[in-house]
Amino acid sequence: MSSSSPPFLEVERISKRFPGVKALSEVSLAVSAGESIAVIGENGAGKSTLMKILAGIQSPDSGTIRVEGKPVEIRGVTDALELGIALIHQELNLCDNLSVGANIYLGREPKRLGWIDQAEVNAQSRKYLEQVGLKIDPRTLLADLSIGQQQLVEIAKALSCNAKLLIMDEPTSSLSAREVQRLFEVIQSLRASGVSIVYISHRLSEVHQVCDRVVALRDGQNSGELAREEISHDNMVRLMVGRDLDQFYAHQPMTPGEVVLSVKSVRTHAHPGHEISFDLRAGEIVGLAGLVGAGRTELLETLFGIHPPEGGTIEVSGKSVSIRSPKDAIAHEIFLVPEDRKQQGLVLPMDVGENTTLPGLHRLSYFSWVDPRQEQQLAEDMVKRMRVKTPSTRQIIQYLSGGNQQKVVIAKWLAMNPKILLLDEPTRGIDVGAKHEIYELMEELARKGVAILFVSSEMEEILGMADRVLVMHEGAMSGELTRDQLTEEAVMHLATGQQLTAVE
Amino acid sequence: MLKNIVLLLLIFAIFGVTSLIAPTFASGYNLDIMARWTGLYGIMAIGAAFVIIAGGIDLSMGSMVALVGVQFGILINDQQMNPYAAMVIVLVGAMLIGLGYGLLITKLKLQPFVVTLCGLLVLRSVARYLAHDDKISNFVTPDGGTDISYLTSADFLWIPLPLWMLLILGLISALVLNKTTFGRYLKALGNNEQAARYSGINTDWITIAAYMVCSLMAGISAILFAIDLNSVGPNEAGTFYELYAIAAAVLGGCSLRGGTGSIVGVILGTAILRELYQAIETLQVSELEGTVIGFVILAGVIADEIIRRVVDARRRKQEANAASG
Repeated sequence: MSSSSPPFLEVERISKRFPGVKALSEVSLAVSAGESIAVIGENGAGKSTLMKILAGIQSPDSGTIRVEGKPVEIRGVTDALELGIALIHQELNLCDNLSVGANIYLGREPKRLGWIDQAEVNAQSRKYLEQVGLKIDPRTLLADLSIGQQQLVEIAKALSCNAKLLIMDEPTSSLSAREVQRLFEVIQSLRASGVSIVYISHRLSEVHQVCDRVVALRDGQNSGELAREEISHDNMVRLMVGRDLDQFYAHQPMTPGEVVLSVKSVRTHAHPGHEISFDLRAGEIVGLAGLVGAGRTELLETLFGIHPPEGGTIEVSGKSVSIRSPKDAIAHEIFLVPEDRKQQGLVLPMDVGENTTLPGLHRLSYFSWVDPRQEQQLAEDMVKRMRVKTPSTRQIIQYLSGGNQQKVVIAKWLAMNPKILLLDEPTRGIDVGAKHEIYELMEELARKGVAILFVSSEMEEILGMADRVLVMHEGAMSGELTRDQLTEEAVMHLATGQQLTAVE
Repeated sequence: MLKNIVLLLLIFAIFGVTSLIAPTFASGYNLDIMARWTGLYGIMAIGAAFVIIAGGIDLSMGSMVALVGVQFGILINDQQMNPYAAMVIVLVGAMLIGLGYGLLITKLKLQPFVVTLCGLLVLRSVARYLAHDDKISNFVTPDGGTDISYLTSADFLWIPLPLWMLLILGLISALVLNKTTFGRYLKALGNNEQAARYSGINTDWITIAAYMVCSLMAGISAILFAIDLNSVGPNEAGTFYELYAIAAAVLGGCSLRGGTGSIVGVILGTAILRELYQAIETLQVSELEGTVIGFVILAGVIADEIIRRVVDARRRKQEANAASG
């Protein structure tokens, strides 16, 4: 970078204190025009506070922010947008029920004689949609787009506000591999036109692909930076957690036992046109790969009885079973750790103990009267075993971090001694340390003979943890890969519906 | 806990202030009326609390009071039935109506508001049809029949029977809500139906049971209202009672979002509403009833929200201190 022009954004020694805690302590960072940097850190390291300050959602206690060399004060979201800083939230802030154009111009509708100038909305929207590579009619209803397309609409919206710096918070968390590639292409073209990117992700492999530089935070402080050539998984993890994590994926392949789950020609309610068959053995960890929407979640939900199968048979330990509800699945010791922790996994206003004991409460009760001592005992045992960081089992669960919440979701089932454990995106949105603990736990359970089937959109996780990988494409089982066939290319080929023989 | 203490203090405050202005308010007669009617309304409010905690609503409780009351009177007067047998029959009938609501809401996935709104219209109209749109009276002490007037008029240990009934039903409800799997599942599903279902809970059955409990409670209070007045007008009986029941539940700390609520709170909430009603009557400003009760509920909900925020802020501060210290 030439020293003649200052970086687009400079953050200097920003501190932010919340009552009793220092969320940020003299954090500095700079982004040049067209540069793409990653901000990484474990949950609670201060990433989101920093981003909220830049986007004008919170204001810093001390420190300076300069945009194009000029010190600025960002007092609100409007200020940030005027300076060209836009935050793209992890959860999209769009209205499903409105058209794409209406979403892009929401709150800033061009008017003619007091009426919304629809022609202008559409013409302008089309321009920005093209810029992000979306060839869709702005009059399309947002609900008709895929999540990946909706994300691009959100970026188009930011561009329409003349954004020069896009902060992307976990932008790929719900995207398929193909959509991620699309997003990265858009990021590259935006950078070429001078837009800067601040990229926040738990997926370290993506950081490697998109970013020129990495800024790491730990406990609210800068913990180091990595230049382009220094970016590696190990280096990033070291800066985030402050120690080496040898063997991040704990998996040691082992000989599986007998078949415990046999799925024969099962048709799910989401894709009734495809018959799915596979076996799962005791002590085996099987990955279920595929793009978002390939029917992986629906398959797990069918096995767990959320939606009864439309046909086919499910056998548990050789016996054909009928699974019409989660209750049936649980009776056969098939448990599901669902994809959406907050909506499906936990009752957020309840405490850690109540959540842990919820599925097995009837086992801790006599004639439906709950034995409080047994309940307390089980909750404490599970908290200890899962190393859940919580002041007590009476802590309301919504106040725990994502990683600790996820441990409780798993603890619910662990308390009931699973035979078959289905995990849907078990490490989504949780920090590196907690991820590692969950991998270790999967390993430990497999060693004890539990059969594990896990869905993951993280390639590293699939490659690192699975004995065997099943790949789905548009509702059908498109292939199976043993450990020695397992490569990123092979998984992607099957996931996109190509034949495996085409790989060579 | 804190909330219930505040409600209790409020009961004393209203009592003190009103007695100062109008000393007759503290008369034995007034206290007796308040105690009896708190019992009657409180039983309904507990029923309302069950569906509200389950994340639902029952708008038909007032019409249920009319229908059950009318049918109860008809069974005794026209069928010469033993009043206790008549009670069992109408209560079973009420629970079947609750079962119907539950099935429509869980199996057909209809909205509770719509289902029970239709119930409000249908039950009232069936009551009018059965009673030929006329008052049904004099079934409490029929000639040669069983006298059941003591159920609402007698005292036991200086406390009126309806209040005893409320306390006993309240105790049972509180135990069910806090000590049984049913109660836990009810709260879990009221908070997050999906998470409850994904935990293997038969959420449909729990929801249906909540509506049946609610209808049963409405039925019990309907019988008591009928006995107390010894007359049921199908057009007037129970009008707006569902709203009083919901108001008492909300004042007592039930959230219409579901998942939270305490039976003690609901009973105290009912007591406040009855006390306010009586105070307004005593002060002879009955046209202001709605104004006063409306504002009191609003104030209660606002105070609740403020307390929640203060507690939340304090909790965050403590946590932050713990984290930094």
